Amino acid sequence: MELILIFVSAIFVSNFVLHKFLGICPFLGVSKKLSTALGMTGAVIFVMTLASVVSWLVYHYLLVPYGLEYLRTLAFILIIASMVQLVELALQKVSPALYSALGIFLPLITTNCAVLGVAILNIQKEYDLLETTVYGFAGALGFGLAILLFSGIREVLDLADTPRAFKGTAIALVTAGILSLAFMGFAGIV
Amino acid sequence: MIVATTVMAGLGLLAGLGLSLAARFFAVEVDPRQEKILDVLPGANCGGCGYAGCNDFAAAVARGDAAPDGCPVGGAETAAAVAEIMGLVIEEKERQVALVLCQGTRENAPTKFQYNGMASCASAALLAGGDKLCRYGCLGLADCQDACAFQAIEITAGGIARVIPERCTACGKCVEACPKDLIKLVPESAPIHVLCSSRDKGPVARKACKVACIGCKKCEKFVGDDSMKVEDWLARVDYDNPPRDPAVAGECPTHAIVELHMDAKQPVH
Repeated sequence: MELILIFVSAIFVSNFVLHKFLGICPFLGVSKKLSTALGMTGAVIFVMTLASVVSWLVYHYLLVPYGLEYLRTLAFILIIASMVQLVELALQKVSPALYSALGIFLPLITTNCAVLGVAILNIQKEYDLLETTVYGFAGALGFGLAILLFSGIREVLDLADTPRAFKGTAIALVTAGILSLAFMGFAGIV
Repeated sequence: MIVATTVMAGLGLLAGLGLSLAARFFAVEVDPRQEKILDVLPGANCGGCGYAGCNDFAAAVARGDAAPDGCPVGGAETAAAVAEIMGLVIEEKERQVALVLCQGTRENAPTKFQYNGMASCASAALLAGGDKLCRYGCLGLADCQDACAFQAIEITAGGIARVIPERCTACGKCVEACPKDLIKLVPESAPIHVLCSSRDKGPVARKACKVACIGCKKCEKFVGDDSMKVEDWLARVDYDNPPRDPAVAGECPTHAIVELHMDAKQPVH
């Protein structure tokens, strides 16, 4: 039951992009076309879930036994960055098809604040390993939902008759704000 | 303090070693010819070759899947360089440019309604074929201009698309982008073109546009051979054997046939 609550909350109520404001860089940068947003979503799901699990393991089996909890930010960045690099190398060799689909996005989200954020939040919320995995996965799905919605809107927004001062990123940011307001409607469900 | 330093240093060392081992273990073999080919390609990543960017095309040529003259942007020079790297021979092909087969400016072709939707030709074309009275005409909402990576196509003051032949690389992106299929890739030396795509019957076409082709066949009779044929109420040039006599343009009662010199510095338009 707890897991289902974590799952729903991470996607809708406490969306990583629209409520926590983490991962805004790829959210704004890769949302010009729906197809690239889809690729980015795949990469983020991959990295966030993996980073969640690996950083939890590093924290509980390496940092805590030696009393080094205060080093978690440093350790997480190191581990996540190396791990994503490793995954990219392995992916290129093992599955060229998957690599051509989302390989270029992997270096972009290596130390993204959403990835580091989920690792640190897992520690703060004192989740166990299963809850950590679910939270990481659900958080990434929430990111995916937000970016896919946003890129769909942006594709049409590009063709609309916006005032010159607002064209491009300006109107995109305003729209993101309105989307965030819309997601506030989910508050209190969980 | 010492424990902290040791642990962090240990982690760092482990990560470094792990990655360098992985780089060796998971190394992907790249054909050295692919690197050389990539060097001689224009690097525009326009996709005109049909592959996902220059690197993808270089890989395809090195594999043997793509012909060395597959890059329309690089032209004959690039094709020769690529062929040299691969040790192949290529045959000379004539340069092509894109051409918009429509002259339906705001002055020539009236509209049937005011369109207030999304500023995209693809979108406008869904509404009864677009706002022009002629349902084959250019809608001027710049889908082709957006698709062109070389700024070789523009929307004129009259509201239709026009190719700038000097900049065109015949990559074909505008041809794909046009929802009305108005753009064609033609050999640059062909002097005579029918700038109309209307398949409507004579009187209907004439009502929709002042410079439409009415399918009267005067041009077909004038040239006498198969270089110009009227099919389905529209005169069409056979670009494999185009008409060379510019006088046929004078024969056209609606001025749909135009003489254009796209291989010269100053095109006659």
